[in-house]
Amino acid sequence: MDATFLLLLACGLALFGYVLGRQRAAAFTARAPSWRAVHSRPGFHGSFVALAVAIPALLLLGIWAAVGRPGPSAVGAAIVLLAGLAGGALALRRLEPSFRARTWVERATMLVLLAASVLAIVTTVGIVLSLIVESIRFFERVPVTEFLFGTRWSPQTAIRADQVGSSGAFGAVPLFWGTIFIGAIIAMAVAVPLGLLSAIYLSQYASGIARRILKPVLEVLAGVPTVVYGYFAALTVAPAVRQLGLSLGIEDASAESALAAGLVMGIMIIPFVSSMADDAINAVPQAMRDGSLAMGATSSETVRLVIIPAALPGIVGGILLAVSRAIGETMIVVMAAGLAANLTLNPFKSVTTVTAQIVQLLTGDQEFDSAKTLSAFALGLVLFLITLVLNIWALRIVKRYREAYE
Amino acid sequence: MTAVAAASRQPTDWGHPRLAQRLRRRHRSERLFRAIGLSALVVAVGFLALLLGTMLKDGVSGFVQTQARIDTTLDPATLELSADRSPEALASANYLAVYLRDVRESLGQDGVRIASINGWTELRRRVLEDPGLVGQRLTLWVPVRSEVDQYAKGRIDVGADPTLAPIRPEQVRAYARLEAEGRIRKAFNRTFLSAADSTSPESAGIRGAFVGSLLTILVTLALAFPVGVLAAIYLEEFAPKNRWTDLIEVSINNLAAVPSIIFGLLGLAVFLNTMGLPRSAPLVGGMTLALMTLPVIVIAARAAIKAVPPSIREAALGIGASRLQTVFQHVAPLALPGILTGTIIGVARALGETAPLLMVGMRAFIVDAPRGFTDPATVLPVQIFLWSDDVNRGFVEKTSAAILVLLAFLLAINAVAVYLRNRYERKW
Repeated sequence: MDATFLLLLACGLALFGYVLGRQRAAAFTARAPSWRAVHSRPGFHGSFVALAVAIPALLLLGIWAAVGRPGPSAVGAAIVLLAGLAGGALALRRLEPSFRARTWVERATMLVLLAASVLAIVTTVGIVLSLIVESIRFFERVPVTEFLFGTRWSPQTAIRADQVGSSGAFGAVPLFWGTIFIGAIIAMAVAVPLGLLSAIYLSQYASGIARRILKPVLEVLAGVPTVVYGYFAALTVAPAVRQLGLSLGIEDASAESALAAGLVMGIMIIPFVSSMADDAINAVPQAMRDGSLAMGATSSETVRLVIIPAALPGIVGGILLAVSRAIGETMIVVMAAGLAANLTLNPFKSVTTVTAQIVQLLTGDQEFDSAKTLSAFALGLVLFLITLVLNIWALRIVKRYREAYE
Repeated sequence: MTAVAAASRQPTDWGHPRLAQRLRRRHRSERLFRAIGLSALVVAVGFLALLLGTMLKDGVSGFVQTQARIDTTLDPATLELSADRSPEALASANYLAVYLRDVRESLGQDGVRIASINGWTELRRRVLEDPGLVGQRLTLWVPVRSEVDQYAKGRIDVGADPTLAPIRPEQVRAYARLEAEGRIRKAFNRTFLSAADSTSPESAGIRGAFVGSLLTILVTLALAFPVGVLAAIYLEEFAPKNRWTDLIEVSINNLAAVPSIIFGLLGLAVFLNTMGLPRSAPLVGGMTLALMTLPVIVIAARAAIKAVPPSIREAALGIGASRLQTVFQHVAPLALPGILTGTIIGVARALGETAPLLMVGMRAFIVDAPRGFTDPATVLPVQIFLWSDDVNRGFVEKTSAAILVLLAFLLAINAVAVYLRNRYERKW
């Protein structure tokens, strides 16, 4: 018997219990000499019975499924029926005017609320644990030092022992460099000036109408799916960048380049930087602005000499968050940056990143226990830790900055 | 500065040429700064326009299909149909034989290389719709092969060396002849909206991926919305201030900024490898995206709940409602528009997500739309990624057309969010 049917059965039984409990409570509420004699509204009595049916039924069903469903499949239905009916009968017997059904129901609801919010911790712990467990298995085969400091990345382990390059090399430094080169250097070189200047123009110079139109347009830029950016980078930007490289006399300009991926990623991050900068600029007290303007400074002088220095911590925090987002970005680099693990400063050459390699390692044909597959989790762990540190650091800076002006 | 010194100073001569020059310089730099700011904005908006323009230029033709007209006779003998006219028998009849014969008859010997190999499915579709067609003669428009389609749309340049072009010279000649005979037309590409993936571009469509996206997002919504709202209610209304709630808060804020691919790794390790759920299924994809969307919904819902003024709570508590009644019957309904807006934005983000779904294997090549939550499926962004990787150049316009559909879909969803916000959100 499939799970959906059993769940539906449990739900139906609970609903039946609700109707029964509610009816009985409505009956004695109507007979009661005064409303003070009844503690809870009939609906709560009904909910109490429903809970008494559902909880034991689902609990036992869960245990039955967890131990591997012994016995024929009708056992599941029997469990639901027996446990639900027993719970419901016990609950129905307790119903009386002085019974505090509301207290019970509310207590159960509070538990549900608590469980919902604990799920956030469970997810975090799940991420950390699954990454760490798989990484440990990886580091049993490849030493940590080789992974962190080695400069050769070629995860192809051979199928036959006599094949060339059968060992596979797991030095992740070229990947780290590629990630930083694209996400933290090229993308930021595009996003920070454009985003910052856009925010300044919108908040200081643009008329009300222009702001109302341009701000949503920038937000559209943030809402475009990354796979679309990736396609655009690979189809349009990369060939243009290659042409540029060739015309600059760089012979080995490749079709997939760090510059193409970084440029498009920078454009993608613009709205993010711009909105963070906008927040930071708006948090600067109006008195500082007015003071500067009253002294005869022009708007641009006020921006450059008063507002930017005052908003700097907030802006820096925003840039750190933007970097964290850029290095975790996947599709653009998968589609436009390539897979060659080059340790190069030349933006026209192909480099690869942590995220691109994770996708590459986990989407082909794979056996789950090979070092090649496990290395993706080690890369994921590094990525998670770096973004975690960047996020915490950035949020702390932004928070301290906000408090300074409050 | 002492009073004496101030008094002895000459009054500023505002008309002095050097002051005027300095003022001019400052005003010039003011204008320059303003122009730089504007040009930054123009670059950003211009890039958006370029992106949309490129997609439109490449993609609009994906909605158009070049078709060839054939006259066909659905004789039962060639169809290998006995007297049985049940749907099963009709579905397994030999349409290919009829199709090949009638293409040769209608388009000529050289026309065989014009019509799509998969054109016989059109015959089957028509017969399944109306079994009475068996034995009849009818005129049919079938798609042409992808390279002919591309040639017809002017995307293939048969340049200096025809041997290098993806279309053969005899195909070009046959096409010219058929066009002169009026057997060629360009029509709306229904295949693109009604078919699933295929190896040949002329019969590939997005319906499979679209249905996959809907199923996936349904799972995401069913999990993330209730859990997110309940968590937000707890954190905003009931949570005591202690180390545990701080921990919950920190993890939610962090999860909101964790790269999406990490959620994909979590889904792969926990849902697939530990729990043994089926690979490529919308169920697993939806669960993975739900974990990713959850913090977005929690944060939005908390902001919406916080915006409900305390007087509402005090009034409800004052007439004897319990705390839970206050929250569920008064605060939550008032916060609902804000919660829904945040949810829709989170869902729109999840709909455009690719990387985590690649991790849980939602890149299945499926020729039919998934029918359930555990069927192998793919989603629209992953379909775009797969097509963009295809060497067949007929897929370029399909990719762009699929992107246009995805963008239109996301735009519509966001428009709903904006509408909700403007229509229902109250300011206190």
